[in-house]
Amino acid sequence: MSEETRNVPYRGGGFSPVAKRGAGFVVFVVLVALAEWGTRAGWISNLTLPRPSDVGATLVELWQSGLLWTHIVPSLTRLVVGSAMGISAGICIGVMIGLFSYVRAGLIPLVAAIFPIPKIALLPLFVIWFGIDEGSKYALIALGTFTPTIVATYGAVDNVDRTLVRMGQSFGLSWSSIVRKIILPGALPGILSGLRVSIAIGIILLVAAEMLGAEYGIGAYILQAGSLYDLERLFAGVLILSVLGVVTSWAIGQLEKRLLRWRN
Amino acid sequence: MDLTLNHVSHRYSDMPVVDDISLHIPAGEILCVIGPSGCGKSTLLRLIGGLEQPTSGEILQIGEPPVGCLNPLTYVFQDFALLPWRTVRANVSLVLEDHGIRRAERNRIIDDVLARTRLSDFGDALPKQLSGGMKQRVAIARALAVNPAVMLLDEPLSALDAQTRELLMEDLVGLWERQKFTGVYVTHNLAEAVRLGHRIAVLSRRPGRVRELIKIDIPLKDRHMAHPELEAIQTRLWDLMREEATAADRELQHV
Repeated sequence: MSEETRNVPYRGGGFSPVAKRGAGFVVFVVLVALAEWGTRAGWISNLTLPRPSDVGATLVELWQSGLLWTHIVPSLTRLVVGSAMGISAGICIGVMIGLFSYVRAGLIPLVAAIFPIPKIALLPLFVIWFGIDEGSKYALIALGTFTPTIVATYGAVDNVDRTLVRMGQSFGLSWSSIVRKIILPGALPGILSGLRVSIAIGIILLVAAEMLGAEYGIGAYILQAGSLYDLERLFAGVLILSVLGVVTSWAIGQLEKRLLRWRN
Repeated sequence: MDLTLNHVSHRYSDMPVVDDISLHIPAGEILCVIGPSGCGKSTLLRLIGGLEQPTSGEILQIGEPPVGCLNPLTYVFQDFALLPWRTVRANVSLVLEDHGIRRAERNRIIDDVLARTRLSDFGDALPKQLSGGMKQRVAIARALAVNPAVMLLDEPLSALDAQTRELLMEDLVGLWERQKFTGVYVTHNLAEAVRLGHRIAVLSRRPGRVRELIKIDIPLKDRHMAHPELEAIQTRLWDLMREEATAADRELQHV
């Protein structure tokens, strides 16, 4: 007697997204092409969206006139100085919270209280404290990057495998050796992924601060364009910001690749 | 250096885990500690190595550790406890760096212990590139580097598959034959206990007490996988433990 034979049906697979090279680029190109086509064909009005090619032309013009650097250099300086202060202080305090019970008990509620404050609301206060010039902008970006870095850092320190710490103790390693050679390298992945968030917040605050009072800077440029309803320049400014975001994220990615080679 | 435990008891908050254990561990001998899961054998090892303080009783070191000993009581952990960001050499180097040893001398020690654990070709590998058995060899090399008076082995082979376990057991016997280290070897595997223990302490279920102390006179190098005398001892150990293991298995977990 012959039974019916068939293949065992395949039910596995899926649920594991993999990186597809170039897919992101294709999405970007398609969106830009759609906007270009729409504005040219007329089913997107000039008031809704600028023509991408015009935005490009504005950027080229900005670059040729040298104004691009006039705006980017002060912005980058503010971002680098402010976030360097905020991030280094944040890592120090975060590690202390991770290591000492009293610091933890004393500071975690304070951090929780500061974290949700929209820092931009404090700008007038900072202007009084640190002056209308660069000081207040540095302070704003520093405070904005400080709190997320603290939270990421002490979370990362908490997550360091305690058996490694016990191992260090069992071999008689000194306290400072355990911190330097076990805790800090172990917390590094968490600290670096916290940096992505911190720097993104830093860019947001940079623009906000420049919109409130700066002659040069990408924020000032965007504000100016916005008040004249000059959509091409507005979008050119926004484009510069996105590029800045992508570049910093890429830079942290490179840093991770270099420092965390042991991971994958 | 000998170790002596006098009436050692330990409790976590209200729960007694180790109860009135007295043991003597003479130099050059391996003591295996077996018992059902959760009987406090790992706690006992942490107490012996000074990673925890006993609630009552005392743990004494008798005599001086050997010359050149950097860390008298040295652990080998079940999950290896290797730093994933350091290479094999750097993992061994970690435990030497705090002792002010010159770089040349440090390299000499590292070369020596890697050769003894047959890891010489893997000095620059990262832990993630190694199999479980190799990782545990690195951990053993690291322990040997500090020239310990007593090796405290906390289920060192439990995370390994049966074949690797067999190979590492042979390695451990070889290392002991070469240099007769003192060892406290905690395990729940009876075969490991009869292969490596000069004496075997059988603990009861929690709170752990010494139920029986069994001495095995066969030299370590003559113990083989299917040695009839060892099989008999293993059967006897199982008879002792069966009841305890069953009872321990049925206990509710204290969370």
